[in-house]
Amino acid sequence: MKNTLKGLLLASTFVGAAGMAAAQDVTLTIESWRNDDLTIWQDSIIPAFEATHPGIKVTFAPTAPAEYNAALNSKLEAGSAGDLITCRPFDASLSLYEKGHLAPVQDLEGMANFGSVAKAGWSTDDGSVTYCVPMASVIHGFIYNADALAELGIEVPETEDAFFAALDKIKEDGSYIPMAMGTNDQWEAATMGYNNIGPNYWKGEDGRLGLIAGTQKLTDDAWVAPYRTLARWKDYLGDGFEAQTYPDSQNLFTLGRAAIYPAGSWEIAGFNAQADFKMGAFYPPVKSAGDDCYISDHTDIAIGMNPKTPNPDAAMAFLNWVGSAEFASLYANALPGFFSLSNHSVTMEDPLAQEFVSWREACNSTIRSTYQILSRGTPNLENETWNASANVIRGSETPEAAGQRLQEGLASWYAPQQ
Amino acid sequence: MSAGRRGKKPVRWHIAVFLAPAVLVYTAVMILPLFSTLQLSLYTAVDNVQTFVGLANFETLFGDPRWSESFWNALGNNFWFFFIHMLVQNPIGVLLAALLSSPSLRLKAFYRTAIFIPTILSFVIVGFAWKLILSPIWGVAPGILDAVGLKSLYQPWLGKEAYALTTLSLVSVWQFVGIPMMLIYAALLTIPDEIIEAAECDGITGMSQFWKIKLPLILPSIGIVSILTFVGNFNAFDLIYTSQGALAGPDYSTDILGTFLYRTFFGFQLQLGDPNMGAAIASAMFLIILAGVSIYLFGIQTRLRRYQF
Repeated sequence: MKNTLKGLLLASTFVGAAGMAAAQDVTLTIESWRNDDLTIWQDSIIPAFEATHPGIKVTFAPTAPAEYNAALNSKLEAGSAGDLITCRPFDASLSLYEKGHLAPVQDLEGMANFGSVAKAGWSTDDGSVTYCVPMASVIHGFIYNADALAELGIEVPETEDAFFAALDKIKEDGSYIPMAMGTNDQWEAATMGYNNIGPNYWKGEDGRLGLIAGTQKLTDDAWVAPYRTLARWKDYLGDGFEAQTYPDSQNLFTLGRAAIYPAGSWEIAGFNAQADFKMGAFYPPVKSAGDDCYISDHTDIAIGMNPKTPNPDAAMAFLNWVGSAEFASLYANALPGFFSLSNHSVTMEDPLAQEFVSWREACNSTIRSTYQILSRGTPNLENETWNASANVIRGSETPEAAGQRLQEGLASWYAPQQ
Repeated sequence: MSAGRRGKKPVRWHIAVFLAPAVLVYTAVMILPLFSTLQLSLYTAVDNVQTFVGLANFETLFGDPRWSESFWNALGNNFWFFFIHMLVQNPIGVLLAALLSSPSLRLKAFYRTAIFIPTILSFVIVGFAWKLILSPIWGVAPGILDAVGLKSLYQPWLGKEAYALTTLSLVSVWQFVGIPMMLIYAALLTIPDEIIEAAECDGITGMSQFWKIKLPLILPSIGIVSILTFVGNFNAFDLIYTSQGALAGPDYSTDILGTFLYRTFFGFQLQLGDPNMGAAIASAMFLIILAGVSIYLFGIQTRLRRYQF
């Protein structure tokens, strides 16, 4: 794998040189951290683009995810970065735009197919400039072992009471761990815990924007209540969950030892390959039946143009195509669980992915509360939320104390909260 | 005439020439980076431009309640990490060396190699292996305790604030106990047989021979081992990072200066890196280690009595 990757990176430089020699063909290189998706790009996405755009060749040149930000920054500084740049959401890309490493794209025809929430991840704070074309989002919810729930005669829970009643019943029966999650790696507690169930409490975008505007505080009940619910999860996690890691949780679930898995949709492809039981998914249960439901439909990945590219027209043509219905359908089906952010109606084959995406109709979408603006300073709200969520689940910090600590941290550098 | 020429020393160019490669390489890879780190800590980025701010970064580090709390927490944890090493690793190292140097022991080479092997393993292997051994789900630790009827003693140690750091310290001790063993073993071997024989003639044998004759003779080696442990522990990072991640959970209870520096310098997840604050932490680490080494060199080593044979 590593050798092929190296070979490809090397090859891309030769292809680039060959392209210049041929003079006619233009080659675009894509910088990305999605090295897992290399074959998907090579086998389905790039050929589809090249078929409709003669004269443009595309090379997908990914870097390892953990190294991507650092490697990309140094390549951009040195002027050796590719023509197209895969964008992380919010501040990482915003700082690239501010340094002049990403070109504005809001005037592209294809951008008309995206709503404001989709664009928010890659726009300036006032929303006047968008610098990346949104590619995909991930949705949070719960994946369950359908066979286990059927065996125990448990209905899919829609309210919080039903959810905890179901967990009680699974625990009482004893043949399954009610819920597979650990606090060792911390981020699951925040991402699949707090930001998964939270939007129902803070009413999605209302609460998130209120927090940014300074009209709501992390000590408000809407922001502390999800911690209180998280604290109740403790009794339903496996023995020794304090030292359980993320891969441990994934394996517990796919081996059929746990009944419910607090999830993100990115798990779908992996779970389909690993689990040999029927799976289903439900959105975060609401307080009482009939309440509006809110889901975290988090903008995760986008693509923009390096302004120093020698082929801006070809690069813009590619970005425009990323906004098309064809790309949306290709990408969503090749990578179930990464959902198109465009307004095109995309038909997906995977039933689990269909279930996740159907919540967009039934519920209100929001993104993770800590990602936009609020994680710009030190202490960083997202990282603090990991710590607080893990503490609350382990029971070493009360929900109120956690809210208080986060609020003080945020207020220490964020003016609207002072 | 000739006498005058003899009195004037010729310039000994060869010394400079032969030293030059080492000095150049050492300067390029050690001295310059060290000074540029110290320099970096005196600057801060304002609108992407490096601006000189004097000691402002250090004021933030020690004055701001959040920064200083993280710093003192990391430093305290670091001292605990060091304390466990001094308390467990070095006495066990001395004991193993004493056992190995006992003339009646068989299979010496085997024990020596077996105990030394973990030292040459990568931190990544050690971290993951122990994580698996101690895992509440797949680990052998709960099973072994269960087999001897002590299941109730099992805890998810790496996930509990009260135990995580001590557990990791002991893992590190397991990994590095070979080093004090080797150094002290070597020191024990240099003790001349005549001294041991003389001691035996005076009726000093067994344990009292170790305490009265051998231990004073290996004290300088124990001193060296202690200072190596100190420097190694205050520069430690890898084991914590591979087993607990950059956030050094649970609740920063395993955060040591190395992981604190890493998080600050390179950033983590949504936190963008801050090279200037990172350099300030690195400088503080450098000064702490420098102080520790100086105390040892000037306060302790000069007072150690050395014996000439």
